[in-house]
Amino acid sequence: MRGKISMLRTRAAFGLGMAFALLTMTSSLALAQDAGQVLRLGNGSEPQTLDPQISENVQDSNIERDLYEGLVLIDKDGKVAPGQAESWTISPDGLTYTFKLRAGLKWSDGTPLTSEDFVYSWQRAIDPATGSKYSFLYYPIKNAEDIANAVNKDVKSLGVRAVDPQTFEVTLKAPTGYFIRLIAHARFLPVNKAVIAKYGNQFTRAGNLVTNGAFMLKDWTPQSRIVVVKNPNYWDAANVKLSEVDYFPIENQNEELKRYRAGELDVTNDVPADQVDFIRKDLPGELKIVPYLGSYYMGFNLTQPPFKDNLKLREALSLVIDREAIVTKILKTGEQPAYSWVPPGIAGYQSQMVDWKDLSMPERIAKAKELYKEAGYGPDKPLNLEIMYNTSENHKKVMIALASMMKQALGVNVTLINQEFKVFLETRKEKKVTQLFRAGWIADYADPNTFAELLQSEVPLNDMGYDNPEYDKLVKTAAVTVDPQQRIQMLQDAEKLVVRDLPMMPIYDYVNKRMVKPYVVGFDQNILGYFYSKNVSIAKH
Amino acid sequence: MFSFVAKRLLGAVPTLFVIITIAFFMIRLAPGGPFDSERAVPAEIQENLNRVYHLDQPLIGQYWLYLKSVLEGNFGPSFSYKDYSVTELIWDGFPVSMELGLTAVFLAVIIGGGLGSLAALKQNRTADYTIMTAAMTGITIPNFVMAPLLTLVLGVYLRVLPVGGWGNGHELKYKILPVVALALPQIAYVSRLTRGSMVEVLRSNFIRTARAKGLSEWLTVTRHAARAAFLPVVSYLGPACAGIITGSVVIEQIFSIPGIGRYFIQGALNRDYTLVMGVVIFYGVLIILFNLLVDVLYGVLDPKLAHR
Repeated sequence: MRGKISMLRTRAAFGLGMAFALLTMTSSLALAQDAGQVLRLGNGSEPQTLDPQISENVQDSNIERDLYEGLVLIDKDGKVAPGQAESWTISPDGLTYTFKLRAGLKWSDGTPLTSEDFVYSWQRAIDPATGSKYSFLYYPIKNAEDIANAVNKDVKSLGVRAVDPQTFEVTLKAPTGYFIRLIAHARFLPVNKAVIAKYGNQFTRAGNLVTNGAFMLKDWTPQSRIVVVKNPNYWDAANVKLSEVDYFPIENQNEELKRYRAGELDVTNDVPADQVDFIRKDLPGELKIVPYLGSYYMGFNLTQPPFKDNLKLREALSLVIDREAIVTKILKTGEQPAYSWVPPGIAGYQSQMVDWKDLSMPERIAKAKELYKEAGYGPDKPLNLEIMYNTSENHKKVMIALASMMKQALGVNVTLINQEFKVFLETRKEKKVTQLFRAGWIADYADPNTFAELLQSEVPLNDMGYDNPEYDKLVKTAAVTVDPQQRIQMLQDAEKLVVRDLPMMPIYDYVNKRMVKPYVVGFDQNILGYFYSKNVSIAKH
Repeated sequence: MFSFVAKRLLGAVPTLFVIITIAFFMIRLAPGGPFDSERAVPAEIQENLNRVYHLDQPLIGQYWLYLKSVLEGNFGPSFSYKDYSVTELIWDGFPVSMELGLTAVFLAVIIGGGLGSLAALKQNRTADYTIMTAAMTGITIPNFVMAPLLTLVLGVYLRVLPVGGWGNGHELKYKILPVVALALPQIAYVSRLTRGSMVEVLRSNFIRTARAKGLSEWLTVTRHAARAAFLPVVSYLGPACAGIITGSVVIEQIFSIPGIGRYFIQGALNRDYTLVMGVVIFYGVLIILFNLLVDVLYGVLDPKLAHR
């Protein structure tokens, strides 16, 4: 008897459960669409911080450019545009920049924003106690490097000054032709002194954070989402159409695409390479690909055999790489084959290409075979080469292609070695066991100098060990040259040396690729990957 | 019972100390540091960063400093999520992981235990074969296949449930798919475990006695057989629980759930020393607690042990 009753009970509970499940399902059907002027963005991974002076990553800066506004912006065409500064002048010697702030600027809490705020923020960035990794971007400013080095203990001696509440003056160490483009970087955004004094390292929390951009922070649930809403105190608030932007940290690109297809996202952060064929066929017109100022390259370790003092071998290997095949057959998302160190696309700069760029593949291979032989290798004495890269499926595909191209054309025996990212970086830096290794470089600002400086002999980023005094001199002189034409010419001459000496082989130039719903208007990413949500609106759909 | 628990808890202290020590030096042995990236920085800036995060001191000094702050209940600031302390990250994420995990374990015990018992009672008949085939399939299909399939069908094609996200944390619709995906392999595993031990128990003498004295089959199974048959399930679930409620990396990534599961891997990859240490200690404490709980439950389920 008891058994029967419990059976009945179980059945009733089961029935209730089913009814409940059905109910939740129908209610979630209603959730589908429309929330007005709200933009829902995939944003890669969880930001490290929303403190613009501490941040390091792209995903942080994306949000910071909406929350804060610097003196200048980089518009969708990659040109400098006024931000909080409405105008600026440069002294004839190129050493003093005077910025005129817009009238009546305010923080999101309604308090006035003055040039003192920029003085405070920039001093904070270079102060060793802040622990800002990117503070070296400030080095062109007078005394900045000495303060970071603790040679100069007086942070206030940094070359920045509030002439009056609306005038901000910067004094440089040397004329720096790219300075105005440099300060569009998110590390130069202003922070509010009062909230930092009040909340310390908790000042970026929702409820505490006060910002000066088109949006302000409403909610931050780590690993889930960040919500920003329109800032009524922003100087151009009348023209900001979105009422809210939601950033979702979604690391898995396949899951991100699914959420996009399910209508939970309006814009994705990236596109999974293995879904590109499907996307092109089934979601035509929603895949947006734009150039991204960055280079994917293979570095030669110039301090060890076999590449030390062996230009012919380096050139032979570079010649046999069919870059066209790599971008069209493996990557498939509009990346450009690279033949220069500085990717093309910087206004006013002519990227210097290798002289064999226009040869056909068979011609290149013929030339490579000769060079390979002259370098002392051949069918009887093949080169045994180790290619090292950081563990990733996408890199692996490219590395396998490189290895097979070298094997096919020259008979090189390649061993592929992968290491976890941080181990790989360490190995690369030591320059002991590396031969040919993967690397990538994304521009910090829209100027060739961001690429040129990397190959200077004493720069810690130069894992190739490239050491050419002539090159160093050209880049250093360019950095202090006032005349823009002359400066660019010097940088072009420096790049000519790079494509001649081949400390690395460029493979392809990056692109930014995202899925964008047809109803999202004005989502424009420039060559640095910057976008400003204040220009975006949601059309009726 | 009380002295037993107290003794075990006291014994946990040296265990934890060893865990902390080994973990601390292991993670420091890994090449690279929290500030390494493709963008290498000038040496003086590296030094400034190290000073701000106390990484400039000798390792043994850092170790003592760390032990001291752990004793004060402070796990330090996270290196990779700089606006939060490790304690905050764990306390924010743990309730989410725990909610999902406990629901999944609950489902596993109820459904898995039920199906397993049913299969054992209908041994070598259609019901048994059906359930065990389904369970085997459930065990062999990994999470990272099942979860994307579920989201594709129910989220993208039918659009009845969200593909991912966590909403405001109180909406049921965001929890259904992750719980199901998390529970399915557990259900499968528990049902196989239950069936195996139930089959054995049903053959034992005390069950024959129960049947002989005319007890109904239902009572024989629920009152006598089930208790004994669940013992292996309990010893499996104890440690498994600690793993499940501290979050599944796979499930959390696929559904974008703000739990703590992902910190185990991300913390190590980012060389986020404090975060790795925090989750390791937390996980260690949970394992110890759940093992203790299992031992206590054993006493309840098995009278032979309770008397010892």
